[in-house]
Amino acid sequence: MSGTAKGLNRQQMADRIALEFQDGWIVNLGVGIPTMCSNTDIGDRDIIYHSENGVIGYGPIAPPGEEDLNLVNAGGQNVTLKPGAAVVHHADSFGIIRGGHIDVTVMGAYEVARNGDFANWKIAGQKGGGIGGAMDLAACAKRVFIIMEQTTRSGAPRLVDQCALPVTARGVVKLVATNYGLFEPIGDVFRIREIAPGITLDEVHATVGCRLTVPDNLATVRLAV
Amino acid sequence: MTQKSKAVKNFREAVQDIPDGATVGFGGFAMPGVPFNLIKALLEHGAKNLTLVANSTGGAQQPRMPDVGMLVENGQVKKVICAFTAATRPTDVIPFTKYYESGEVDAELVPQGTLAERMRAAGAGIPAFYTPTAVGTELAAGRETRVINGREYLLEYALPLDYAFIRATRADTFGNLQFHRSQRNFCPVMATAARIAIAEVDEDIVPAGSIDPDQVHTPGIFVHRVVKVPPPPDGLWPTRRQERRR
Repeated sequence: MSGTAKGLNRQQMADRIALEFQDGWIVNLGVGIPTMCSNTDIGDRDIIYHSENGVIGYGPIAPPGEEDLNLVNAGGQNVTLKPGAAVVHHADSFGIIRGGHIDVTVMGAYEVARNGDFANWKIAGQKGGGIGGAMDLAACAKRVFIIMEQTTRSGAPRLVDQCALPVTARGVVKLVATNYGLFEPIGDVFRIREIAPGITLDEVHATVGCRLTVPDNLATVRLAV
Repeated sequence: MTQKSKAVKNFREAVQDIPDGATVGFGGFAMPGVPFNLIKALLEHGAKNLTLVANSTGGAQQPRMPDVGMLVENGQVKKVICAFTAATRPTDVIPFTKYYESGEVDAELVPQGTLAERMRAAGAGIPAFYTPTAVGTELAAGRETRVINGREYLLEYALPLDYAFIRATRADTFGNLQFHRSQRNFCPVMATAARIAIAEVDEDIVPAGSIDPDQVHTPGIFVHRVVKVPPPPDGLWPTRRQERRR
């Protein structure tokens, strides 16, 4: 993230998404900012964090010196296990995913379109890319939430009419947190649900590449339970 | 049981029969489960025109350990079947990318769950299966799909291996394996998909019967050779990775 980024910081974006997790949900966190959701205090809700490499029921990142080098999350970071954790192999882990047992997957993206399409595996002009588990998760989780910066480093919108980059899955995104706020792709338009502190509506309008509906009495982004 | 022991005395001997043109799968997700010592032995062995199957080709993190990308750099590889030909983060560069983009080495990019399931299918006698993964994407273009109960699915074929290289924590002489935590990842499915599965193991190889049958993660029928990883510096072990700068 560039030093000039405005609005929410990385952990705050993760915190805002984590507040959406409901008691008992099985939550898959993708590499990057989404893994920071497991650091968020969400009160007494029981959340089971699943990582694509077969770890079910992990907790925060391991403190320095207490890492188990054979225990990592999707980002390769050493994590801790919560009581009740279990480990399965990759085919079973993706059976959990494909079988529809994941309540929500949270991942990063380059672009999200107003109809819920999103792109996160291939950049412009690239041969091949990095798919990882994103296509399986996007196609099969009950919900897809995205965390990303409001714009590219050069200022181009990431909330768009339609994806210019090759999509990861179509019509699946339910919620997007950016440093500017919380957005829902609802078909014809994006709806802004909450706006980040310090960000104006003009700044939001100037940084989206599609129509935006704004509710009356737009709320500020909530950051704690 | 009174089988001959599957313990092999060193990594060179474990990989010595791998012919040019073989298809070799590599367990591992990030550090855990990566068979560093078998990869190193294959680098020294020098078999060429290999098709390699792995989640990723490695090299994005420091310190760098033996990885699939090194076999590519060593001129031993024709094709890689993997879930990443480029790093997750566009600003990271992995060594394999330039070999693929220049056309020097071929690649087949496969979603991670499909990759695992294709090997599971190979080991379980299923020639192909339908999955919702990648439907509507560039990866599905021109390929066979089918609507089942109102949803569209993509046909994927089983992926058998000639050899699988995996890492486990404990083995007995019959090849029964136990894994520790996320070391397991692709290792069990790769073993089932391979004609010959070779496991490097962290602990001393114990006599058959020492592992409780209820606690076996991969049964020895799928494992053909086991090699104990010596302590460092002779053996290679997972290390703490350096945190990335941002």
